[in-house]
Amino acid sequence: MFSRKSLSIFSTLRNYSSTTSKIQRVTLIPGDGIGPEIAESVKKVFSAVKAPIEWETVVVDANTGISKEVIESIKTNKIGLKGPISTPIGTGHQSLNLGLRKTFNLYANVRPCLSVPGHKTRYDDVNTVVIRENTEGEYSGIENQPVKGVAQSIKIITKEASTRIANYAFQYAMANGRKKVTCIHKANIMKQSDGLFVKSCREVSTRYPSVKYEELTIDNNCMQLVLNPAQLDVMVLPNLYGDIVSDLCAGLIGGLGLTPSGNIGDHGTAIFEAVHGTAPDIAGKNLANPTALILSSIMMLRHLGHFYEASLIENAVLNTLSEGKVKTKDLGGQSTCTEYTNELVRKITESLNKK
Amino acid sequence: NYLGYTSGVQKKTVTVIPGDGIGPEITSSVMGVFQAAKVPIEWEIFDISGGQPISQELIASISRNKVALKGPLYTEILSGSQSRNMELRKALDLYAHVIPCKQIPGITARHDDVKVDLVVIRENTQGEYSGLEQTLTPGVVQSLKIITKEASERIARYAFEYAKANGRKKVTAVHKANIQKQTDGLFLATCTEIAKEYPEITYDNTIIDNCCMQLVKSPEQYDVMVTPNLYGNIVSNIGAALIGGPGLAGGANVGERSIIFEMGAHHVAADIAGKDKANPTGLLFASVMMLKHLGLNDHASKVENAINAVIKEGNKTTDIGGTASTKEFTGAIIDYIEKNQN
Ligand SMILES: Nc1ncnc2c1ncn2[C@@H]1O[C@H](COP(=O)(O)OP(=O)(O)OP(=O)(O)O)[C@@H](O)[C@H]1O
Ligand SMILES: Nc1ncnc2c1ncn2[C@@H]1O[C@H](COP(=O)(O)OP(=O)(O)OP(=O)(O)O)[C@@H](O)[C@H]1O
Ligand SMILES: [Mg+2]
Ligand SMILES: [Mg+2]
Repeated sequence: MFSRKSLSIFSTLRNYSSTTSKIQRVTLIPGDGIGPEIAESVKKVFSAVKAPIEWETVVVDANTGISKEVIESIKTNKIGLKGPISTPIGTGHQSLNLGLRKTFNLYANVRPCLSVPGHKTRYDDVNTVVIRENTEGEYSGIENQPVKGVAQSIKIITKEASTRIANYAFQYAMANGRKKVTCIHKANIMKQSDGLFVKSCREVSTRYPSVKYEELTIDNNCMQLVLNPAQLDVMVLPNLYGDIVSDLCAGLIGGLGLTPSGNIGDHGTAIFEAVHGTAPDIAGKNLANPTALILSSIMMLRHLGHFYEASLIENAVLNTLSEGKVKTKDLGGQSTCTEYTNELVRKITESLNKK
Repeated sequence: NYLGYTSGVQKKTVTVIPGDGIGPEITSSVMGVFQAAKVPIEWEIFDISGGQPISQELIASISRNKVALKGPLYTEILSGSQSRNMELRKALDLYAHVIPCKQIPGITARHDDVKVDLVVIRENTQGEYSGLEQTLTPGVVQSLKIITKEASERIARYAFEYAKANGRKKVTAVHKANIQKQTDGLFLATCTEIAKEYPEITYDNTIIDNCCMQLVKSPEQYDVMVTPNLYGNIVSNIGAALIGGPGLAGGANVGERSIIFEMGAHHVAADIAGKDKANPTGLLFASVMMLKHLGLNDHASKVENAINAVIKEGNKTTDIGGTASTKEFTGAIIDYIEKNQN
């Protein structure tokens, strides 16, 4: 019923040979701030759709850091869903989000952005997927001050990581019926480093003749996105540009409230997360919008091969938002997180009963 | 329009580099308009298109004239020589790239519901554009980003002086100091330090990725933005797009001894080059900045009013939804000037 063709934007890439009948255990990190509320919302929606998922809830917050228990859990389950975690301010501590990506070598960061009919912005035609290299580039962390007042930071680009991310982008495009992959770079200035990234993408592109391949400089890409985002489809980018472009795309569709993401590693290991922060200003008030985390969980379901459940939830979300009657405050609505979640549950139950 | 370092030039000769791609078309548009407006300027033209090197004579000409007008120079990707645009900026120490992005009445853009009037002040000599790259082992390349306290201080001070002289209220430093704690950290710390010398101007800072999101959501929050090299390139291209496209923003590369005026979003536009399709508006606005800098304020107003009037009448090039060619659009500006002269 849900053929590969019908795969939606909120997906990843995976050989879903294992799937369906078996119940899959997933590590759930609710996080802090609004994290627990929106995680609760996902759980409710998953029970409504009867997803064959069993949650293993672990605690990661500013105090605990990433404990052995958490690492063991993700190692065993291979799949995690994560709410926002606040990064402790002050010295030494690296961001826990970054820590998780590093620990599990999650090399591909997948960020789909789709204009949602019910949420009006200046753009109604955004349908892009950012595939960001997540392990090297400007985030190498190699920095120093050889003399006082002169700081240098080293950006590392390798052929191996560039080829790996390019392959991911093209396979993603193929699996999801996408027409075009655009490589984003600044190889007119950084001829060797970004040059290597471009060369690797070009090389990989020749193995996927059915997918159109283009290249754009990062400045031109940002300009084109603001002028006419419909031109862009799948984009593959080094780390920093991916960071920038995914936020820009999120801005086009109205902010981080509707943007999911997946961090993908080898052998199917993946952590899905909402990109937004902990929203301490509204935490505990039942005002949080759970949509971004729900969309992330839809990506997770598709990653695991549960297309049917994923589409049921996705339809419920998109229909609810485009009807516009039940929306959280950040999207200009009046509803609480619970009311919105209940509406999704109602819609899902209705579709299941119709069958 | 204050850019600093008033040149004090007497005989007004300006070096022109038509450049590659659409460069020759848009520079000749400016020259045609200046002729009609009877601007008392002589041109010294240097054609270095097609990858020709930057000669000593060219550097000498700009150093002598202190003012140049320039089209884009093409840089190959992957191979070939380093960017000649960068080479010029470095050779003349043009450390501040100033790109004003302000809505133009008569041009429709997606963000017309709010007021866009921001100025990007981009550090122009170092950062990611150091050109220091090497292959460590086959398949592993490193690229050095250099940030110095000295250059950061200079650009920060320039941004605040610019803000003060132009009646601007706020300066925002753009960075990624949460990841690049030392390089961008140094840039941010320096901006924050210099900000203390200008208590009358509001100062804040933003991380580059969030900044790009905010720019497309609510660009009206930005006033003057001071950035390291690469972020400035990105932010200024977004700025140009916010007001309607790459052909609309002007810009100036400012140093203590000379200034080069060019498009704000600097592209050779090979896809439309030679087809009489380029939009010269950005370079025309850059030339207005140049006239003001040269103290030719009457001529500046004459040209500026003509550009605005023609656009308002609906005469526009195709990139912004019009039907005019470069020559027709330029011709309309010239007609307007001639009709309203004397
Ligand atoms: N899911 C959400 N639903 C509703 N509002 C949200 C949501 N996420 C973020 N916000 C709002 O967006 C703004 C930015 O919050 P966000 O948590 O992203 O950043 P933050 O406050 O800096 O937190 P952190 O330190 O965790 O990054 C806040 O006003 C917050 O209430
Ligand atoms: N003055 C202009 N008038 C009309 N269109 C323009 C103008 N300047 C740029 N463009 C358009 O903007 C787009 C980007 O330009 P271009 O392809 O040159 O950028 P790029 O890939 O960054 O390369 P480079 O900066 O080296 O020129 C092109 O489609 C071009 O036609
Ligand atoms: Mg980011
Ligand atoms: Mg360019």
